[in-house]
Amino acid sequence: MTVYDLTLAELRAKLDKREISAVEVTKTYLDRIAATNPALNTFITICNETALAEAQAADQAIAAGKAQALTGLPIAAKDIFNTAGLRTTCASRILDNYVSPYDATAIARIKEQKAVIVGKLNMDEFAMGSSNENSAFGPARNPWNQDLVPGGSSGGSAASVAARQAVASLGTDTGGSIRQPAAHCSVVGLKPTYGRVSRYGVIAYASSLDQVGPVTRDVRDCALMLQAIAGYDPADSTSVNTPVADYQSNLTGDLKGLKIGLPKEYFVEGLDDDVRKAVELAADKYRELGAEIIEVSLPHTSYAVACYYLIATAEASSNLARYDGVRYGLRAENTENLVDMYMQTRAAGFGSEVKRRIMLGTYALSSGYYDAYYLKAQKVRTLIRQDFLNAFESVDALLTPVAPTPAFALGEKVNDPLQMYLSDIYTIPVNLAGTCAMSLPCGFSTDERPIGLQLIGKPFDEATLLRTAHAYEQATDWHKKQANI
Amino acid sequence: MRYETVIGLEVHVQLTTNTKIFCGCSKDFGQTPNSQTCPVCLGLPGALPVLNQQVVELAIKTGLATNCQIAPRSIFARKNYFYPDLPKGYQISQFELPICEHGWLDIDLENGERKRIGITRAHMEEDAGKLIHGDSPQTAGNSLVDLNRACTPLLEIVSEPDMRSADEAIDYLKKLHQIVVYLGVCDGNLEEGSFRCDANVSVRPYGQEEFGTRAELKNINSFRFIKQAIEYEVERQIDLIEGGGKVIQETRLFDSDTGMTRSMRGKEEAHDYRYFPDPDLVPLVISPEWIEEVRSTLPELPEVKRGRFVEELGLSVYDAGVLAADRALAEYFDACVALGSDAKSCANWIMGEVLRKLKETDTEITDVPITPELLTGLLARIADNTISGKIAKTVFEKMWQKGQTADQIIDAEGLKQVTDTGAIEGLVDEVIAANPAQVAEYLGGKDKLIGFFVGKVMQASQGKANPGMVNQLLKKKLTGN
Repeated sequence: MTVYDLTLAELRAKLDKREISAVEVTKTYLDRIAATNPALNTFITICNETALAEAQAADQAIAAGKAQALTGLPIAAKDIFNTAGLRTTCASRILDNYVSPYDATAIARIKEQKAVIVGKLNMDEFAMGSSNENSAFGPARNPWNQDLVPGGSSGGSAASVAARQAVASLGTDTGGSIRQPAAHCSVVGLKPTYGRVSRYGVIAYASSLDQVGPVTRDVRDCALMLQAIAGYDPADSTSVNTPVADYQSNLTGDLKGLKIGLPKEYFVEGLDDDVRKAVELAADKYRELGAEIIEVSLPHTSYAVACYYLIATAEASSNLARYDGVRYGLRAENTENLVDMYMQTRAAGFGSEVKRRIMLGTYALSSGYYDAYYLKAQKVRTLIRQDFLNAFESVDALLTPVAPTPAFALGEKVNDPLQMYLSDIYTIPVNLAGTCAMSLPCGFSTDERPIGLQLIGKPFDEATLLRTAHAYEQATDWHKKQANI
Repeated sequence: MRYETVIGLEVHVQLTTNTKIFCGCSKDFGQTPNSQTCPVCLGLPGALPVLNQQVVELAIKTGLATNCQIAPRSIFARKNYFYPDLPKGYQISQFELPICEHGWLDIDLENGERKRIGITRAHMEEDAGKLIHGDSPQTAGNSLVDLNRACTPLLEIVSEPDMRSADEAIDYLKKLHQIVVYLGVCDGNLEEGSFRCDANVSVRPYGQEEFGTRAELKNINSFRFIKQAIEYEVERQIDLIEGGGKVIQETRLFDSDTGMTRSMRGKEEAHDYRYFPDPDLVPLVISPEWIEEVRSTLPELPEVKRGRFVEELGLSVYDAGVLAADRALAEYFDACVALGSDAKSCANWIMGEVLRKLKETDTEITDVPITPELLTGLLARIADNTISGKIAKTVFEKMWQKGQTADQIIDAEGLKQVTDTGAIEGLVDEVIAANPAQVAEYLGGKDKLIGFFVGKVMQASQGKANPGMVNQLLKKKLTGN
């Protein structure tokens, strides 16, 4: 077994026992990135020099007996996180060559533990997309089959972990952007409860839905990563000051008395047969493990996608107003006047999906349409949240597919935005409800495409969510299968 | 036809916090451009706002002092528009649920009546930066952006359209200005833009209930200009209507050089600001306890103070008004009275000598060298006849220069009033003996000459003789009884 096949927890043990140094680990990973990135296009920026310097500092910390959970571990971050002194593009031409002067809180927290940042990962531009095809730097590819999309928007985050280019990565999830690519790449992805992880320094797409989370090889690694980034941050008014559990110690394997709900609205027409079978088998496995499986109802599910595309685009239309060419990023040359400068800069800087969403959102907020669209969507959002809270009165977690189909082919949906939007139909309601959920490997389709299982937990109860996921993982081998690259 | 003017005012009050409304940057005026900035107020990707609690306190304070209801829950909203001085492409403001609503202020009309001006709302928001249009060879033709002012806290106070003349508008503004300065929530500097006013002006035929179409006047930075702008605008609108034209809803800029207003943008060019609740900020919840805590820190407001000065201290309405107008001056006066000064003579001294000297030396009352203790000490020496009012002015001058007590000055300079009958008699005798001609004239019926004799005796005493006693003794000695 080579170094890059080890999990984060395994690598931690080897580093602590001095069987290997952080510099060696980092070099191994940088070599692997160099070898595989041309094919996968998972990285926008590779941090060859800074990563080695960070690895040296990590080795000193380990030598001094000051190692923490992530010290010396090679981690990559979606290019949506601000990283001081490093290029932060959000996969957009408008921020090409933008170097941030500060670190996002999540980055600062893993840096405090002396993790090694090996690079910045590909994504859909401004996190808008479900296939990673909306990147100004070209699509990332699925390590299991390079003709397939890795999912999106955190396509690079999932693909890099599946391709063992990083031991773990950070992504963001606004409507499924961690869970859907994790499912498509057969890795573990967690979207924490809104407010659990600080959004400070994460380039905003839809502020009321965006949440930071980890992508990892297995559930234990996921618990370790969440532990490092979770917790109140005074710099983010929407982060919540509520206790953070010890996630790893909660991974007991014990599911006694646990009630898991299957929302009937999630198993309807449009769900791929292979996916349905894999998820039903997972439900059977949970029964075997002692959990009680109950059918529940989330009656407003069918409104979620429409609701999401009003709220998310409305917020995005405002969040992306700052990219105007005045202070940083791209500025169009030879423009006539101020308005012309704005128009040409934004026309050249944004890709077509970003433009589409800015226009949709602008429309939804316009005078005369606000009540019918944005306000109505907010009311629907409240109903959707209530659906989940009602369900959690009788169950501890919900079990659903992550996406209606396994990973689709590159180019398959680029000209059909509605089809593309529907690939997030099972993940979007969770963001609207603001609660936590994760994706974990649960099988493959008949044509060998990975399938993911979604577990949805109660607000701020990531501990139960991780425990539930971990028990399934212990009873199955899906997480041990590796993409052949 | 006769027309009635209708005016509503929007006042932007810059709050006197140490730091900006959504970040920890200092809001010092006049620093190197862009030196007072951070990722938040520069609108860098990923930066998030955090509300400054002091801003909320000052807003509650202002709301209470203007008789507003303080909302138990209020919401920040984004006002979206593009401009180079607005780094995020939106201004964080309040829209649907502002912190203060339903307030009022009373103004005093010329005819002596009071009039209540409604305050629709007051809401917190951030200021924009400033554009500097290049004038050096390197920058000519360019506009430079200074974001030091971006994100500084404002409270926008919106009145009802209750004012019917430029004078009423000025009265309301002066009253509001006095209150925010009194509260210490604003430095009140109109020229630096700490207190900015936009006026919504319309006219309608007398008797008509419906409002006319309004124009919004902007860019007015003194009370005088506000009056000028409104009066110009009213005349313009009436002329327009009389000439068969129609007033259009628009924003107009006041030009202080010409005294005229000119169109900036019409309704059709008006922005659709696409307000929506800012998802980066949670709803602001204000408990009744917090409101009461802030209420307990409210100072006595000028109007109440003025009433108390008249009713409890017996001052004239005019004197009470002058003293109450400035919080520090009123507090100085109150301190003197609390130390035992007679209210009326103290008021006279403050409005006379103290204010004159402050002006002469360009000193603020807060830095006055003669403390309430010192002034009270001086007034006590006048009251007990140790010195005359006239000598007191000399003593006051010396106290100002040396910072010493009245007693120290009186002793050191030997200014104590002579009340010893024997000593004064001696001087009176000398004066009578030295001026036989005037004595004869006086005795011949020229009573006015008594002033001449008093003057001579006072001169001989170097001003220290008690003038009353001098007068009495002179009369007695001259007439021989």
